[in-house]
Amino acid sequence: MKILVCISHVPDTTSKINFINGDSEFDTNGVQYVINPNDEFGLTRAIWFQEQQGATVTVVNVGGPDTEPTLRKALAIGANEAIRINANPTDGFFVAKQLAEVIKNGGYDIVIAGKESLDYNGGMVPGMIAGILGYNFLNSCTNITVEGTNVTAVREIDGGKETVSTTLPVIIGGQKGIVEEKDLRIPNMRGIMTARTKALTILEPVDASVNTKAVKFEKPAPKSAVKLVSADNLDELINLLHNEAKVI
Amino acid sequence: MSILIYAESAEGKFKKVALELASYAKKVAESLGTTVTAVTVNAGDVSELSKYGVDKVLKVANDKLAGFTAKAYADVIKQAAQKEGAKVVLLSSTTDSIYLSSLVAVALEAGFASNVVGLPVSTSPFQVKRNAFSNKAFNITEINTDVKVLALAKNSYGIFENASTLTEEDFNPTIGDADFGVKVVSVEKGSGKVSIADADIVVSAGRGLKGPENWGMVEELASVLGAATACSKPVSDLGWRPHGEHVGQTGKPVATNLYIAIGISGAIQHIAGINSSKVKVVINSDPEAPFFKVADYGIVGDAFEIIPQLTAKLKAFKEQQS
Repeated sequence: MKILVCISHVPDTTSKINFINGDSEFDTNGVQYVINPNDEFGLTRAIWFQEQQGATVTVVNVGGPDTEPTLRKALAIGANEAIRINANPTDGFFVAKQLAEVIKNGGYDIVIAGKESLDYNGGMVPGMIAGILGYNFLNSCTNITVEGTNVTAVREIDGGKETVSTTLPVIIGGQKGIVEEKDLRIPNMRGIMTARTKALTILEPVDASVNTKAVKFEKPAPKSAVKLVSADNLDELINLLHNEAKVI
Repeated sequence: MSILIYAESAEGKFKKVALELASYAKKVAESLGTTVTAVTVNAGDVSELSKYGVDKVLKVANDKLAGFTAKAYADVIKQAAQKEGAKVVLLSSTTDSIYLSSLVAVALEAGFASNVVGLPVSTSPFQVKRNAFSNKAFNITEINTDVKVLALAKNSYGIFENASTLTEEDFNPTIGDADFGVKVVSVEKGSGKVSIADADIVVSAGRGLKGPENWGMVEELASVLGAATACSKPVSDLGWRPHGEHVGQTGKPVATNLYIAIGISGAIQHIAGINSSKVKVVINSDPEAPFFKVADYGIVGDAFEIIPQLTAKLKAFKEQQS
C-alpha cells in the first residue's frame, strides 16, 4: 500500500499575525513554522499504516526551499521519502493540480491531506485533487481502516458522525480524531539522524492555471473593552444581552 | 447569466444557512443586475425561498439522493449551473457544503473562495473578503475565472426578507453509478439537542468546571437558551466531552450570535475558533484570564454559584417573554 501525505507548512498556532508591504504579504518575521496540524494527524495515521500494514509513506509539499525543514520533520517522524514541488503555493487549484500530478505518476492508493490548512483555511485542496483525478473522496475523516481494497471511514457531519465505505484509491481530508493528539509522534534523535539520509526529491511544477489571487490582508478592528457585570447582578447581564446586544 | 445557490435542506425543511445564502445571493444579484436561481434536492415545498429573493427554483426529486453523497450532489449543482449559465455559484459553510464546494469548483473550472464574510468588495475585478489565518485576519481574494464559486461563512451576512415571484421547475440531472463510489453505512447523531453547526447560541465550558460530572449545569443553561454545548481543547483531550464539541483552531469553528465561555481561560487557539461569533460572554474566576480581552461582557466569579442562578433568571426571563 502506497500512501501520500500532503503537508502544508504553516505558522505555529500561537503565531501573531501581521502583514507587510501595504498589507499585501504575511509578515514571516519571528514566525515559527510547523506541519499543518490537520496534516500531522494524517501523517501519524499513515505511519500507523506503515507499522501495522507495511505501507510506504511519502510526504509532499508545494513550496520553496524554506519549507524543507518541515518536510525533514515529517521524515524524522517516520515518512519513507519526501517530495517538494518547487513553487509558491498561492492558489488552491494550482496546489491541487501539482499534487494530482504527483499522485497520478506515483500510483498512490491513499492520499491524506488535512481537511484545511491553518493559514488560508481554504479547505479546498483535498476535494480539488479528488475532482481533478476522479478519485473517491472522504472529507472530515476521524477514522480510517483499510482491508484489501475496501476502505471504511468515520467522518464528522453536522451534529454527529457517519460511517462510510469506499474503495481504493481514495483521497482523505483528515482532521483530529484520525489519530488522537496524545498519539502524535515527536521526532526522536534516531529519527532526526535517519531523516538526513532519506530521499527528498525536488520536482518543478507543471503548468496550471491560477484562478484566485490574495490581493490584500486586513486585521479585525480593535475591540472595545469588556463590560464587566457584577456576579451579584445577573439581571444586568440579561438586560444587556436582551436590550443592548439583542441576542436573547 | 444568473446566480445559482445550493439551498440545503434537511427532512424537507430549509436550513437557516440556506436562507442566509438566498439573502446574500439576492444582494449580489442586484449588484450584477441578474436573478437568483436555487437548486434544491428532495426539499419538498420550496415556496419559503421566495421570501428571501430567490426567483427560480430547480427542484431535484430523486430517491437515489435521499442520503448525502458529495460527488452526486456536486454533479447536480454542476449541471444546474450549466443549465442556467450561472457565473456565480454560492454554497454555505456547513460540513456537507464544504465537502461539495471544491468538487463543484473543479467540475465548473471555476475559481473558488471559501469562508467568504461579506458582499463582494468589487465585482470587476471580482473580489471578496474571506476569513484567513484561523479568523485572526481577513484576506481580499480576487477570482479571475469566468465562473466563480463562493462558500459563505455562517452568520456572516444575516437573513433578510426580500420578496420575489418564484418560478418552480422540476430538474432531472443525469446521475451515474460513478457518483456513488462512497456509500453511507450508518449515521450517528450527537446527544446534544442542538448541534454547534445549527446553533445561534453556544454555551461552552472549560477545565474550570473541574470534571465531566459538572456538565449538567452547562447543559441546563444551554437548554434554557436553546443553545448547543461546546468545550475547550483540554476538556475534549481529557475525555470529559466528545471531540465534536471541541471548539478552536484544530477543532470546530464557531460563528454564532452569542458565545458564552465558562471557566475557559482563552488560549489563542481557542479564541481563533470563536472570533467570528458576534457577542462573547466570559465567566471566569480569574480576572486576568486572557478571554476577558476579547469578550463583550464578562463576569468575574465562581461558575458553580453563577451558572445555576443565571439559568434560573434566564428561565424566568424567557417565560416572561413568551
